[in-house]
Amino acid sequence: MALAKSNSATPHNSRLLRDILVNGTLALLCVIWLVPLLGLFISSFRERADIAQSGWWTVFPHQAYISVDKIQLTRGIPLDQPVQVGELTLSDTQLRAGFVAPDGLRYIWANRRARLVDVQQQQWMANTNLTTENYSNVLLGQTYTYTQSDGSTKSEKGEDMSRAFINSLTVTIPATVIPILLAAFAAYAFAWMRFPGRRPLFAMVVGLLVIPGQVALIPILRAFSVIDINGTLLALWLVHTGFGLSLSIYLLYNYISSLPREILESAFIDGATPFTIFMRLILPLSVPALASFAIFQFMWVWNDYLNALIFLGSTPETQVVTIKLAQMIGSRGQDWHLLTAGGFVTMLLPLVVFFSLQRFFVRGLLAGSVKG
Amino acid sequence: MIEQTREHRPARSAAADGWAPGQFVVALLGLAVVIALLWLGFTYLKESNTTSILNAVVAIVWGVGGVAALFTVTNMLIEALPRHWRDRIRPFLFFMPGVSILVLFLTIPTLITLYQSFYDNDTTNFVGLDNYIATFTDRSMLESFGNNLIWLFFGTATCVIFGLLIAVLADRSKFETVAKAIIFMPMAISLVGSGVIWRFMYAYAPAGEPQIGILNAILATFGMPPQSWLTLQPWNNLFLVVVMIWGSTGFAMVLFSAALKGVPSDLIEASQVDGASEVQTFFSIIIPYIQGTIVTVTTTIAIGTLKIFDQVFVMTGGQYGTSVVGTEFYRQFFTNRNVGYGAAIAIVLFIAISPVLIYNLRQLQKQEGF
Repeated sequence: MALAKSNSATPHNSRLLRDILVNGTLALLCVIWLVPLLGLFISSFRERADIAQSGWWTVFPHQAYISVDKIQLTRGIPLDQPVQVGELTLSDTQLRAGFVAPDGLRYIWANRRARLVDVQQQQWMANTNLTTENYSNVLLGQTYTYTQSDGSTKSEKGEDMSRAFINSLTVTIPATVIPILLAAFAAYAFAWMRFPGRRPLFAMVVGLLVIPGQVALIPILRAFSVIDINGTLLALWLVHTGFGLSLSIYLLYNYISSLPREILESAFIDGATPFTIFMRLILPLSVPALASFAIFQFMWVWNDYLNALIFLGSTPETQVVTIKLAQMIGSRGQDWHLLTAGGFVTMLLPLVVFFSLQRFFVRGLLAGSVKG
Repeated sequence: MIEQTREHRPARSAAADGWAPGQFVVALLGLAVVIALLWLGFTYLKESNTTSILNAVVAIVWGVGGVAALFTVTNMLIEALPRHWRDRIRPFLFFMPGVSILVLFLTIPTLITLYQSFYDNDTTNFVGLDNYIATFTDRSMLESFGNNLIWLFFGTATCVIFGLLIAVLADRSKFETVAKAIIFMPMAISLVGSGVIWRFMYAYAPAGEPQIGILNAILATFGMPPQSWLTLQPWNNLFLVVVMIWGSTGFAMVLFSAALKGVPSDLIEASQVDGASEVQTFFSIIIPYIQGTIVTVTTTIAIGTLKIFDQVFVMTGGQYGTSVVGTEFYRQFFTNRNVGYGAAIAIVLFIAISPVLIYNLRQLQKQEGF
């Protein structure tokens, strides 16, 4: 009651407070969600040495201690008791951690063995040393040179991901397009035709929606080795077509069965055959649902790792982007300049598809799950 | 649309109710040609394994064109039949291709896997329940089951709670579209890609060296020692689950958001008129109303956590006590070539998911028309 009273007393203030609370929490969560991706994105434009020596967030303006002077102490001076540094007397521990004097200058070892002390001043700075070289390294397999910690230079070949990118396209496009027509025909039959076995067969489709792919992998792999198509793109197309069909039939069934009965009936009265009705009415009307499924299947196939690993393997001729990236994690786990750029290359296309067709994607998600 | 169909009314449908032998023969020949072309395409695609855009085009023409041609000629064939045959056979033309591929790629393989799970490594000797006994006694399997439970409970609960929270907040915010797009975005990123992203978040360097992983950098600013997150047992499992939460919360949020928009506003207003606070309204009106969506989201994410493979495989390879059923399946089946054991693990996974399957079928039964 007291709360309601105070609400009515200052409706404006409480509303403002609520808005700040809602938007603040939301903004915080959004930042948390964005930071991982932002880190990858920014790092992919930083040079190898920069990535290894400073965090990606240092590209933003921040206060940092920058060396303004160096003080050379007497070489070999014992450090078991405080030493004289300029006008200050500092202990070894203070110099290790960095000692901030009242005037804002920081004293820290530059090289403890050589007894060299760095005098630093806090300044605003940003590491804006950016490059697009990482992308040419991962896309074209360009050789890059870098300076190792001991001062020597070393050359290494980048990764050629353009091949994997084309492979992924070759896998994804047919695997997305082929199931659509098959599914649309089946969905139409389930929605508008009566035939023996309709109920159990549709129950099977729904049952197979949640089946883990692992359950079917072993026998399919063995059957494929009998007809000798393991390691070919054909194998992966077939597998993705098979695995994608239950969802596509189910999605399209939900959509096609909700089309108004009158349209179909009047076409029937006009003497059109079911085939004509399907081609000229159902397919054009179902475009939104077809698009939803296509985006789903595209994302699923492009991002798939397990099936590609099992049916294509990791030979350079056929490996897809996810396999290539996973391989890079294994062999170049610390080459962050390549991993970040390579990672972003694999994400680019799905992200573009996602942002341009988000509406369809969400619709497919709702149709596929809410009724499930 | 209807006008259009009227104009394009095909001549042959009007032709006769009865049997049209001429068309039947033509269609039969057409079917033979289509099947021959499909076979030709199959052998071509099987042999030519060079990946090029050209082959992708061939595959699309083969797959889509072949299916379309197959439907067209079989339809001609059926239309040539006497009427009572026509109506009986037609549905099969429509659903058979899709359903048979489904049977071929999912139903039959599942049954074979079930059969193989009772046989030994190279599926020659019947071993009864040995594979299942091994599945439930093997130490690494038990560890995987335990880890999967962490994924199941911690992962699912967090995704659902965060998803609901964000959906509610976004619903009241002016920045709804932007916020939802940001949270939803990781859905577009492969699990391997998220693996790279989060390995970078968790990057570790010994104390004193510059930390390039943001989490360790945060620890460093508070003067805490850096952590090697991904090898820190048993907590590393939770750090892997975080990656999944980052990826899947968007899914939960989108479904909840749609459900929240479906709550009738007069219901909420009535509750507010009755003097219920916003929190009370949320728990006693909104939550019960979107119950169905909560069940759907929870089960979908739960299934995802049971099947989890990519992330673990890419980030830790299942080492440091992070193995899950998915990675154990891969290890047994692919690395150790232990077919019977791998099959048993897959079946156990299937059984774990089957309650959802049964629930879905029950829901289907309630639907009209089935």
